Amino acid sequence: MQAIYQRLNFIFCSTRGLVLLAIAMISAVTMIFGTLSANMAAFGIKDIAVDFFNMDLVEAEREGRIIIIYHSIAVAVVAIEVYLMTHILLMKKSLRFFINTLITAGYISAMVFGMIFAYFGHNYIFHGIYIFGLSLVFFSGVLLAAAVWPWSKEYRITNPDYSHTKGGLDIERTAFFVAVIATLGSALYGAVAGSLYGNGFQTFLAEDIVREVHRSSLQLAVIGHLHIMLTLIAIILTLIIGRWFDFKGILHKIAMPLMIAGTIIVTLGSWAVVPFEEIAHSIISPGSMPAAIAALLLVIFGWRKLIKENLSGQEAGKTGFWKSFSALLQDPLKFGSLWQMVFMNFVVTIPGIFAAIKLDEIFRMWPLREERILITGHWHALAGIIATIILLYYADMAGLKGKARHWFAWPLIIGSNLAFASVTIYSLKRLFVSQSAEQPLVDLTMLLADIGMFVVIAVLLVLLIWRAIDFFQKKGRWAKELAESSGEGGGCQ
Amino acid sequence: MKKLKAALLIFISSVLLAACSAGHATPDVPVFQTGVDPEEWATVPSGAFQMGQFNEQVNISYNYQIMITEVTNRQYAAFLNQAMEDGSITITGDEISGYYQGDDFHAGRHEVEIIPGNYIYYLLDETDSRIVYDGYQFSVKTGYDDHPVTMVSWFGAQAYASYYEWRLPTEAEWEKAARGTDGRPYPWGNGIGPDYANYYNSSDPFEEGTGAIGNTTPAGFYNGKTYGGFDTQDCASPYGVYDMAGNVWEWTADIYTGTHLRYLRGGSKASYGYDLRAWTRNSAHPAFCGPDTGFRVVK
Repeated sequence: MQAIYQRLNFIFCSTRGLVLLAIAMISAVTMIFGTLSANMAAFGIKDIAVDFFNMDLVEAEREGRIIIIYHSIAVAVVAIEVYLMTHILLMKKSLRFFINTLITAGYISAMVFGMIFAYFGHNYIFHGIYIFGLSLVFFSGVLLAAAVWPWSKEYRITNPDYSHTKGGLDIERTAFFVAVIATLGSALYGAVAGSLYGNGFQTFLAEDIVREVHRSSLQLAVIGHLHIMLTLIAIILTLIIGRWFDFKGILHKIAMPLMIAGTIIVTLGSWAVVPFEEIAHSIISPGSMPAAIAALLLVIFGWRKLIKENLSGQEAGKTGFWKSFSALLQDPLKFGSLWQMVFMNFVVTIPGIFAAIKLDEIFRMWPLREERILITGHWHALAGIIATIILLYYADMAGLKGKARHWFAWPLIIGSNLAFASVTIYSLKRLFVSQSAEQPLVDLTMLLADIGMFVVIAVLLVLLIWRAIDFFQKKGRWAKELAESSGEGGGCQ
Repeated sequence: MKKLKAALLIFISSVLLAACSAGHATPDVPVFQTGVDPEEWATVPSGAFQMGQFNEQVNISYNYQIMITEVTNRQYAAFLNQAMEDGSITITGDEISGYYQGDDFHAGRHEVEIIPGNYIYYLLDETDSRIVYDGYQFSVKTGYDDHPVTMVSWFGAQAYASYYEWRLPTEAEWEKAARGTDGRPYPWGNGIGPDYANYYNSSDPFEEGTGAIGNTTPAGFYNGKTYGGFDTQDCASPYGVYDMAGNVWEWTADIYTGTHLRYLRGGSKASYGYDLRAWTRNSAHPAFCGPDTGFRVVK
């Protein structure tokens, strides 16, 4: 009994256990429901999965199902970020407990009952529990906002290495707070729109209505909601990675105010999509610049720090390029987390800006279905990159060292980069090849994307199997992590 | 390690070579008689039907007739020959073009002004152009007579319809003809499989040599017959209209305020199955000519 209790304590009360559980839940949902994708349907796997799991798929409800699966995965990712924030930020222990408990109950309820509702017949009690789960996640966020309130005297700082005001207000903590408040507002922004759609079935995918001349306020609200939520997830993750690197110094002092400004402007720009659609992009685009610069400053700081640490304190640039480069790559988990932020620009930001500039000249000449491929590829790549950064961070938390650290990180980085680069080329293929001649390029990019994704899934699977085996050992790594968690002020007691 | 590097090099070289190949030339196609006559029309009676994904009740207060198949290459080539003879079209380079009276312009967001003038009807000399011009007349590449015409723009589709005093179907007319009045998602009912329609990776006999994106199938191919061992279901709509799902996207007539875009319905040989649902909309610039874009007409 004690053994079960201890394990439950690890899973539900320690940061590492909670993060591991969420990763496992997301992996399970992705694995099961990924079999329903169009590519899998083409291979007949979808039919097998539908029969095996006895799913009830109504054609007209495809978009609704997809929205529930997006939310199920997204709230679990949000939960991971909340766990990490409660782990790295000072806060009252009681609040930490309530925040983590609520969000865990919330995302699991939303995920389990939402997916059953969406894919296995419509039991409206389950839909109610799904909504209740989302509400718990929201309420957990409210508590989190209270917990990270930066104006409390106990959280004032005086250390000159970190960005703070003369009065001691911790600017980094303020950046977290602003991002949490922005997330709460943006969640409400989508929830209100979702509620006004009545039972939620007259739904749509944003990429399908991108060319509609007259979009309703509710449609615009949903478009604003999904864009800002993904952006805020990325912003919060950048702040978390900054803590991982102990981001400080002059770059930190510049970056944190920029991050706050970027968060506020981008959020307000996204909310402006409903009342001021014509000018919303003029707010969002400049607003994203401060946040992007802040992330760039973190990359510069982080990479310089990695080089310095691995060159035994010598400054980068004084030892020659290759030595510095080699030093940079010595810790692939840390290098990779920042590299993925840089890589994101090649597959998300730059193609996105190019498409925006050439929209009427090139992209709107094509059929909508071509533009849709570009849009979905764009945000799948962003979501995928966020996921890989979380996995790199978690692998460090899980204590991967030595060769295991390298054998986990490099395949993850290279595999994901190969996949997302291939998907980007695929989504932009009409720029270089006509539809008549596209098949070889399609085959190649799809093959490389599949290889890349296979590699990513394989290393993730190995990680999860390792943790699953460890979980059944009497004094496994989980026990050590639980003890550490208690020492760090975590745990349920 | 050297062997590993060599294997990697060979692998990368081979996939790059595959990508650099020129794509498929016009493939030789098997010729099957479907028994469906592209000259036939089906009557759609007046009355209400359920339109769109959420089954909104829409009334069409008149009877109309719709072609039971998409306009074929043979039919379109015949039109081009007649239009060439009476001077309605011109050929410049690989473009066949003709006059269009232009649209009202409302300066909508992203709206492009379509002024009166000559616009492309059909794109010759592309890999997927099935109609050729020898300097005197238009003809169809061997085996493609009864396949739906492709590489035709909205202007070209509109011109064909006008020439014979027919017209393109509105989106509502198209959708009613496709799914009848009972709200079904596909012309034949629920569910989709390779024997129902020509779509991405649907393994029909015309996909050989072209890859998963496939080739067009002859008009009315999915009619319950077996072709060289390939079984098909009878997939006519409730009004006896064929190929309303898959094969080629079909241009529709509607011109909406604030946009120059024209809307297409039905999904194509290159679409995933879910894009063949009857309410799915696609849109493109009216000058767009694609290898999976065609049309049918109503009267």
